[in-house]
Amino acid sequence: MDVSSVPQEPSPTYEGQRKLLYAVDEKGEYTGVKSAGWEPETFATLTAIAELDRLRNEAWDRALAGKTSPLEFHMFDRRMELDTLAATSGIWKWRIRRHFDVKRFARLPDRILQRYADAMGISVERLKSVPPRDNPS
Amino acid sequence: MSHSSVAALSPELADVRDATAADTGKPAFTHRQSAHCESGVVSAMMTHYGVPMSEPMAFGLASALTFAYIPFVKLAGMPLIAYRMPPGTIIAAMSKRLGAKIERRRFSDPKAGMAALDEQLAQGRIVGLQTCVYWLPYFPEAMRFHFNMHNLIVFGKEGDEYLISDPVFEVTTRCPADALEKARFAKGAMAAKGLMYYPTRMPREVDYAKLIPAAIKRNFHTMTKAPLPIVGIRGIRYLAKNVVKLGERNDKNLILYLTHIVRMQEEIGTGGAGFRFLYGSFLQESGKLLGNDGLIEASKKITAAGDEWRRFALNATKMCRGRMPMDVHALADIINRCADKELEAWQEARKALDS
Repeated sequence: MDVSSVPQEPSPTYEGQRKLLYAVDEKGEYTGVKSAGWEPETFATLTAIAELDRLRNEAWDRALAGKTSPLEFHMFDRRMELDTLAATSGIWKWRIRRHFDVKRFARLPDRILQRYADAMGISVERLKSVPPRDNPS
Repeated sequence: MSHSSVAALSPELADVRDATAADTGKPAFTHRQSAHCESGVVSAMMTHYGVPMSEPMAFGLASALTFAYIPFVKLAGMPLIAYRMPPGTIIAAMSKRLGAKIERRRFSDPKAGMAALDEQLAQGRIVGLQTCVYWLPYFPEAMRFHFNMHNLIVFGKEGDEYLISDPVFEVTTRCPADALEKARFAKGAMAAKGLMYYPTRMPREVDYAKLIPAAIKRNFHTMTKAPLPIVGIRGIRYLAKNVVKLGERNDKNLILYLTHIVRMQEEIGTGGAGFRFLYGSFLQESGKLLGNDGLIEASKKITAAGDEWRRFALNATKMCRGRMPMDVHALADIINRCADKELEAWQEARKALDS
């Protein structure tokens, strides 16, 4: 890549930061060049975020309708999925899936709730509730 | 701090603590932006303690370039696609290959881990940390994912805030103690377990004439002779096959999959084209240092391979956005061209070391 072709397409995902790329100048010398963003990369990042948001919103609606526990909403809200939550909380995936059951979740002891809350960095109080849909956290 | 003041301490190795205290008591730490976190941290540390080193040189000496497609390790449901060796490779290479002594410590108790960090800072050291990006508040919101393998340097503490030199950012920043603790002790895949590291001894000099050829040969081996079909040049072709497979069965995840490849290649601080430009810079610097024109030729070829990877990212995202008809065979052709060009570059580099 030539220095002149280092993309400067400001990316909303960088929040005004610039990233260092390596490129070749007109004398053929490699040098570090700051880039404000590149559209293909921005699109890839935003696609990943949109997918997480979609999963979060679906779980949100289901949680408000009483079809899943608040746990599933908070998991996606903290940008996690089953694998990540299982790894960070130390609770097996099949158990977590069971805890998506509203009735089972309501019976969980504080000890288990605390493990989930710690893994997500939120309070047990917050873990047990679902915010109204028009007020994204 | 001058190189000679380090060398004066011992004929073989210089003690870091004495070296940093040499003139002014506390050394002024100079932040330098890098493409990649681990090579950035390591090169900044080496430079800080008297062995000036560029980021590409740290990366290249560690033979850190690779390609690996690991279908059975999933990241948020997607296969692990790596363009470099596993985290820790570059840090380890500084002690194994360059003869620096790097103290690495992990902790089961977060409080003890934070206290140990404070202790080293109080002694005037700069300290490398492995952290989880999600918990670092200074990261842009869109980049905060549960990624456990991010390296940064702590160079001081003021009140309840740590002074952070995060190599992928333009300037230094600050991080509150509780957030940094969370980031160091986040659990999960490849958890840092509070890993902190700092050099305690530095090599007096670096024997580039010996280290560079050895590092390139090791890297040549990884890229062309790996025993697994999912690693190296063969791994790249395996990726091409998988792109076609997903496309032909009209997998609903095709767009997520293609953008996942682009993210692994570009987003996670690679310096562009999955570290290929970073490595090109290393080959060029090496060629000049050793007066070896073959390495400079190889640098041009790996750059051409990098350009091909960028073409893949551009075309794949155009197809995902509907600005070009989706054509997985065309994408696979580009990926296979990347493989061809990388093979040429490696053969050129290997040949340059024989003459």
